[in-house]
Amino acid sequence: MRIELNGQHKELDGPATVAQLLLSLGLERAPCAVEVNAQLVRKALHPTHALAEGDRVEVVTLVGGG
Amino acid sequence: MLEAANAEILMTTDQPRINVRTAPVSPALPPLRIGSFTLTSRLVVGTGKYRDYATMQAAIEASGADCVTVAVRRERLVDAEGRSILDFLPLERLTILPNTAGCFTADDAVRVSRLGREILEQLGNPGAGWVKLEVLGDRTTLLPDPVGTLEACKELVKDGFTVLCYSSDDPIIAARLRDAGAASVMPAGSPIGSGRGIANPAAIRMVIDRLKLAEQGGSADYPVIVDAGVGTASDIVHAMELGADGVLLNTGIAHAQDPIRMAHAMRLALDAGWHTARAGRIPRKLYANASSPWEGVITHIPGE
Repeated sequence: MRIELNGQHKELDGPATVAQLLLSLGLERAPCAVEVNAQLVRKALHPTHALAEGDRVEVVTLVGGG
Repeated sequence: MLEAANAEILMTTDQPRINVRTAPVSPALPPLRIGSFTLTSRLVVGTGKYRDYATMQAAIEASGADCVTVAVRRERLVDAEGRSILDFLPLERLTILPNTAGCFTADDAVRVSRLGREILEQLGNPGAGWVKLEVLGDRTTLLPDPVGTLEACKELVKDGFTVLCYSSDDPIIAARLRDAGAASVMPAGSPIGSGRGIANPAAIRMVIDRLKLAEQGGSADYPVIVDAGVGTASDIVHAMELGADGVLLNTGIAHAQDPIRMAHAMRLALDAGWHTARAGRIPRKLYANASSPWEGVITHIPGE
């Protein structure tokens, strides 16, 4: 299954939830937030939100800024 | 008037009563209240552009700020060993203020605000409740898009955010943002990162008057924070002399040759400006007015 992750194409082995995607990225404990198709997916919903073909996923964190 | 100004400082301070005229150190400033948030320091500092995190950490400490801004950006998926800024911020002491820097539409600003809130909720930081709203016009000026800012402000207020609005130095849009529910309006002194200080002091004064004077429909306790353009400590004094409640800056500290010393200077400047604004400065005059008495002079005075 192909998704777009942070602006890059990414091939997933099979069906995956947001939580499984974060686990595969090593970010399961990182302070981050996830959007799928420009909609926030709250942390509590990560284990149940299934990704679909062509989803645009953004994984963001906090950085220095003014 | 001087008595009244001193009395105000004494009354609004939680510290024990001290006589400001004989006190060896300045009395503490009253806290800055923005919506349901209370900050000890009226200086809010950014966390961007530092040469390293250790310098940032020391500069924040030297600034005395208890609120710092951060930005929301893509996780760097290829660089897993990259250290997080969060490891260098004392989150138990600081209120994090997430910004929407880099947003050019109201929709994007709302998205980014929600993402910032999501992360700060996970961290258990009180900053989850608020946002520094920036909707910018273009990359060259980084000046606010007033229409987009107003639109995003309304949406975020509806969504329960305490919204601090980065704005132009225009009293009309400032009042519109306040009316839309902004907890604070933050007029730009000059463009972000320009270091040009208060480019139009009259405009900043008009924004402050419009939002704080009862006769203009304002309220003395409505917080106005000058945000952006500060290049040096005297810019902060200037902003505070004009009646600002606080100042937000980043580049002026982060890109100084010695950021830690500059942070210390900015902290002192804020105190200096606060007291100056309440001390009642002398009027400007074209000609001199001698400080020593004429009576009893033993000299020849030209023309007399």
